[in-house]
Amino acid sequence: MASSSIAFILNKKDLGFSTFSRQSVSSIPKCRRTISKKICSVTAPHQSERKPSTTGSVKTGMTMTEKILARASEKAQLSPGENVWVNIDVLMAHDVCGPGSIGIFKKEFGQKAKVWDREKIVVIPDHYLFTSDERANRNVDILRDFCVEQNIKYFYDIKDLSNFKANPDFKGVCHIALAQEGHCRPGEVLLGTDSHTCTAGAFGQFATGIGITDAGLVFGTGKLLLKVPPTLRFVMDGEMPNYLLAKDLILQIIGEISLSGATYKSMEFVGITVESLTMEERMTLCNMAIEAGAKNGVVPADSTTYKYLEDKTSVAYEPVYSDQQARFLSEYRFDVTKLEPLVAKPHSPDNRALARECKDVKIDRVYIGACTGGKTEDFIAAAKVFLASGKKVKVPTFLVPATQKVWMDVYGLQVPGSGGKTCSQIFEEAGCDTPASPTCGACMGGPRDTYARINEPMVCVSTTNRNFPGRMGHKEGQVYLASPYTAAASALTGYVTDPREFLQ
Amino acid sequence: MAASLSCSSNPTFTRVTVSPRSSLSPTVPHFLKFLATTPSHPFRPLTAGSRSSSFSFAAPRASAAAADDDKSSSTSTSFHGICYVVGDNIDTDQIIPAEYLTLVPSKPEEYEKLGSYALIGLPDSYTTRFVEPNETKTKYSIVIGGYNFGCGSSREHAPVALGAAGVAAVVAESYARIFFRNSVATGEVYPLESEGRICEECKTGDTVTIELGESRLINHTTGKEYRLKPIGDAGPVIEAGGIFDYARKTGMIPTISA
Repeated sequence: MASSSIAFILNKKDLGFSTFSRQSVSSIPKCRRTISKKICSVTAPHQSERKPSTTGSVKTGMTMTEKILARASEKAQLSPGENVWVNIDVLMAHDVCGPGSIGIFKKEFGQKAKVWDREKIVVIPDHYLFTSDERANRNVDILRDFCVEQNIKYFYDIKDLSNFKANPDFKGVCHIALAQEGHCRPGEVLLGTDSHTCTAGAFGQFATGIGITDAGLVFGTGKLLLKVPPTLRFVMDGEMPNYLLAKDLILQIIGEISLSGATYKSMEFVGITVESLTMEERMTLCNMAIEAGAKNGVVPADSTTYKYLEDKTSVAYEPVYSDQQARFLSEYRFDVTKLEPLVAKPHSPDNRALARECKDVKIDRVYIGACTGGKTEDFIAAAKVFLASGKKVKVPTFLVPATQKVWMDVYGLQVPGSGGKTCSQIFEEAGCDTPASPTCGACMGGPRDTYARINEPMVCVSTTNRNFPGRMGHKEGQVYLASPYTAAASALTGYVTDPREFLQ
Repeated sequence: MAASLSCSSNPTFTRVTVSPRSSLSPTVPHFLKFLATTPSHPFRPLTAGSRSSSFSFAAPRASAAAADDDKSSSTSTSFHGICYVVGDNIDTDQIIPAEYLTLVPSKPEEYEKLGSYALIGLPDSYTTRFVEPNETKTKYSIVIGGYNFGCGSSREHAPVALGAAGVAAVVAESYARIFFRNSVATGEVYPLESEGRICEECKTGDTVTIELGESRLINHTTGKEYRLKPIGDAGPVIEAGGIFDYARKTGMIPTISA
């Protein structure tokens, strides 16, 4: 695997030296600078291993996604539409789809079969934890038994459901835990039994969600047959206004291309704006690629990525980047300075509207949480709005940190400009509900006793990712998807509210 | 696939799947005409006996009728039954709401239960229930939808719930990627694509026939015919009962000795 990837990087270098006309895309030279710094010690000893087929200039340009899949399938060149067997770097399974995947693995490979690599499987209970639902609890037990039996290295267990803090290994929402624990690395292939696995594309890797049968196959073989997707490129330029968050950008894009606009395709996010985004914001961007039907979303790795990874992984990784002559199915450009805070109205993530257009929509509650909107920065963003207003919320406001680490940040980190207050203090002063135990919780309904689940036909502004009928519980519930800024502003007024009312 | 296989030990499963469709026949005026081209008991004898033993259970649940055992079966497979019609962007929460995802498809009794909840998440504007209360099977063996069927989550429970309820095929204008993939990987349902918006021309309760080899859907109630897009290489995988069975059948992976 390493050798072909090195070839790409060397090729890239060659291109940089030989072709002067290809400097027009701003993000690439910047990335190249950072790669060479990161890579040189890895590449040098391996040069002699370059296969003839991988040497020389790249004849046909490839996108990032094509390159990652080419390396993982040990091919020099790949084009969209090709079906290839891909070597998987990391497989993630959670409590909803893990038990089924284990069932298939056992059935197909035998009761005594061993997984392909105990260190490449990450098992994260996160969906249905704090519930009295016996079957949900049993599913976590199934995960535990399997991880013990297979000696799975990364199992983020929870045994004491009454107090999540009593579980040292417990993390929380899988996509955020994967990033925080260093399992997301540039250039790699990560699969997960969850559609929002695409979140990890923020790290410049190929990441996509799969079903339990496919996961059963990966458990046994470490490989999966994947079709190479064509890439749509989204170029976002301009300085991010202080009232927008990545959630607004992705709602803008999904509204533009529709719920199926990227079906079977890769979405690559580039541009000055994207380069300026933090890792958590990039994760929000990639998280909702699936809401446009995409196979994966991807952001080129850069110094922001490397800095985030510094204290999280010791595994050597090798980023790849789209060639300048790579072919994109289409390119969309956005000037983010012209965008306004957005929501997705019920019942579809592509039902885009300006937040201020919905100011007459009375709401019953606000939910801040999930893989999309339950990260540390999401809570800091919400806290900033509460702080700026100095008022109390008018509707019940539920806060569900994505992971144990986020929960600690909410209680421990000081919010900039607050005079030393933590998010939790600000939330308390604003009259929000106490931050709850980390879990996917109400984002996807779940068992009836799930905290903050919508059990009546209510209107909710939520920082989550989906608002299909019944998504958060009740079929007649109405969910407005929004950024943490907009969610907090809406909590303060009891109506869908543009955060500029408080932030300017 | 695996789910259907794991259920193969339960003989009632295949039986129950069959019965609603066969019982339909006397009430369908066009059925006599249909009989001329398809055997009258399409499920029982045709595929089960003739296939290699490892596929005897998987095959009949997905392929309703194979007229010629020797040929690649997808050229001669047809499905006959009444259809249930839905709209665009039917997401996985509507196919199988999250509260039922604690059911593990690889456990036979929970597989059955998943079927009883198929499409229970549809809004109340769908006045006809897909699966009647206290039933585990649907009387609709064919689901017809608009574009982007199965969007949303990666839950394999979605095609499994449909398959477990007794659906043989979904016909939609287009599919979300993971739903399509899961349908093929499990062999639970044939995810067929229509050329146009059949969902606007068919009504729940219409009697339809899908001829897979001809890539054609016939609505006997309206007398209209529609072209479908060929299922292509995915056909034999579904026919085999899913990706593992297909891989064994074609020698890609060895057969497990029981």
